[in-house]
Order: sequence, then C-alpha cells, then structure tokens
Amino acid sequence: MADSGKIDPMHQFAIEPLFGTDNLSLGGYNIAFTNSALWMLVSAVLLWAFVAMGMKRSLVPGRWQMAVEFFTGFIDNLMKQSAGAAGRKYVPYVFSLFMFILMGNLLGLLPLGLFGIHPFTFTSHFTITGALAVLSFSIVLIVGFFKHKLHFFSLFVPHGTPLPMIPFIFVIELVSFMVRPFSLGLRLFVAMTAGHVLLKVLAGFVINSTNAGPGFGVMVGIPSFVLMVGISALEMLVAVIQAYVFALLTSLYINDAENLH
Amino acid sequence: MPQIAQLAATYSSQIFWLAVIFGLVFFVIGLGMVPKIQSTVDARDAKIADDLARAKAAFARADEIEEDYRVRENEGRVAAQEIVAAAKAKAVKDSEKQVATADKKIAARIAEAEEAIRASSAAALAEIEAVSAEAAQDMVARISGAEISREAAAAAVKAALAHG
Repeated sequence: MADSGKIDPMHQFAIEPLFGTDNLSLGGYNIAFTNSALWMLVSAVLLWAFVAMGMKRSLVPGRWQMAVEFFTGFIDNLMKQSAGAAGRKYVPYVFSLFMFILMGNLLGLLPLGLFGIHPFTFTSHFTITGALAVLSFSIVLIVGFFKHKLHFFSLFVPHGTPLPMIPFIFVIELVSFMVRPFSLGLRLFVAMTAGHVLLKVLAGFVINSTNAGPGFGVMVGIPSFVLMVGISALEMLVAVIQAYVFALLTSLYINDAENLH
Repeated sequence: MPQIAQLAATYSSQIFWLAVIFGLVFFVIGLGMVPKIQSTVDARDAKIADDLARAKAAFARADEIEEDYRVRENEGRVAAQEIVAAAKAKAVKDSEKQVATADKKIAARIAEAEEAIRASSAAALAEIEAVSAEAAQDMVARISGAEISREAAAAAVKAALAHG
C-alpha cells in the first residue's frame, strides 16, 4: 500500500490465512488458520502463562500471584456486586471473557510492527465480538428460561406498570432486550476499530508529510506524532475500559437472568 | 473495510477458531485454574478472619484474667486487713488483761505493805506507850516517891498522847 504513496488504514484489519491453510475446511465450511486465529492463540497462551503464575497458591502471595489474584478478585467483586451471591458461579466465564478480550486489545496495541511482525487485533472484528456477545446472550437466555421457565418474560414488565401500559412496555422492553447482543458486540468492535484507524491515519500523516519535504515533516509530521503518542496512551485506557464494559454488561445481563428484577 | 469485505470468506474460520481457542481458555483457565486461585484467596481470607477472631478472644481472655486477678487481690487485701485488725484487737485485749492483773498484784502488794506499815506503827505506838508508861511510873516514883500502878501510868500516858 505504501509503495503507491498511500497508506491504507484498513489494511491492518485484513485477514490472511497462514501456513498454507487457505482451503482447510470442516463440513464444507472454511476453517483456515488465519492471522486472527494466531493472535487469539497468542492471547490464550499468554493468558495461560499469566494465570499459571498465580497457581503457586501460597498463603503469602508473591507479586505475580498477587497480580493474578487481583484480577480474579476484581471479577469476583464485579459478579458479587452485579448478581449477588448467585453470581459467583459465573466468575470462570466472565474472567475468561474479560481477560481474553483484554489480552486481545492490548496485544493489538503493541508496537510489534517495529520488529516486522504484523499485529492484529481480533477484537476489531465484529465476527469475533458478535460471537462473544451472542455467547453471553445465549447464557442469559438459557439460564433465564431454565431457572424461571416462562416466568422469565416478567423481565419485560417492570414492577408497578399500569395494566393498560403492559403491552407497550412489554414490546419496548423486549426490543431493548433483543438489541443487547448487537450493542454489546458492536461497542467493542467500534471502539477498537476506530482507535486503530485513527492511529494508522496519523501514522500516514507522519510518513507522507515527511516524504513531501522537511518543512511538511516539521509542520505536520511532528504534531501528528505527538498526537499519536497521546492517543496511544488513550487507546491503552480504551482497551482496558472496553474489556471491562463487556464483562460488566455481561454480568448485568446475567443478573437479569438469575434474579429477574 | 475488511471486516465487511471479507465477511463471507472468513466468518466460518473466525467463529471456528474463536470457539476452539475461547473454549480452551474457558475450560483450562476459567474452570481449571480460576476456582483454585479463588479458593486460595478464600482460604487466606478465612485464615485472616480466624486469626483476628482468635486474637480478639485472647484479648477478652486476658481482660478476664486481669479482672479476676484484681478481684482476688482485693479479696486478699480485705482478708489481710481483717487479720491485722483482729490481731490488733487481740493484742490490745491481752495487754489490758496483763495490765489489769499487774494492777491487781501491785494493789495487793501495796495493801500488804500498808498493812505491814500500819501494824508496825501500831506496834511502835504500843511500845512507845509501854515505854512512856514505864518512864512515867519511874518519874512519879523518883519525884514523889509514890508508887503508881502500871494501869494508872498507862491511862495517863494514853490521855497525854491522845491530847498530843
């Protein structure tokens, strides 16, 4: 892209099959091992390595054990606050979700391009975020209907609704409920995509303005670079916040399923 | 936008590998490791709570022992004061008794001595009377040559002595 004098800020999201698995398929569906799958795998392995350091299980924790326990305690608290005592059995799921998304977000921000590795943020694909959102939503539906049977529909009629309003409220609540997986998945996808596009566009400014001459480089390139540094810091924050928001909303939806209102 | 442009070609591989890898994350890390870490934290919290409770109980026990000690000390002090008071009273009584017996003894001896003095002064008087009567008899005999009876002399002496 750069050789044509243009830098395509979208190229970073392109999926490329790796290791010649282009045509690997299962039941007629393509399951090529792509760069996206590779980065998911890297995230999973790093996550495993991180959590494994918390497995010493000593009474007086070391600093790594402390770090891991901080994260499990964080999710434990989140579930306790959102869904009460019943929320504890969802800690493994929400912890996996939060840490997996967090790893993916942060790995995508690493400046690995400097070492010739092409970083890929799998959370910037709505196929991935959508699938995770649908997974969370399915858990809510399954738990809700398993626990409360058809009584689960009372979720759509808040307490104290006047009788004539019930049909309207029911429809509105139902729509807002059905929109949840979309908003959950899109929020993460949009935040990650927007941040990466912004960084790449600014990087394009730096490169193209410097190529156009030293004057442009000083006038445009340096301010853009300074802005990039700031936005990179902001993106780190966004990476953490978006993972947190995903986990938080999942916990709130699970609370609906566990406790209705 | 590759997310949309490549959707048809890549959605199946994306979802497949997500399912495999996130499944591994969930089963190995989420279900395999997280509960162990949680149980470690719970065990630590329980140990801390237990230790605190034990420390509190030990504090309460120490207070109790101190209170008990104080009560017993007070009791001991009261008992000691009672013993001292009783001993003092007994000593006072004993000394009073000794003083009383000593007084009695002394009084008896004084009475005895006074009796002896009285007896000896009576004896002395009687002797003086006798000697005076004899002297008076002699004087009368020498001066007048009259012989007076011993009884008359004694009566005269007695009268003279009684008049001083």
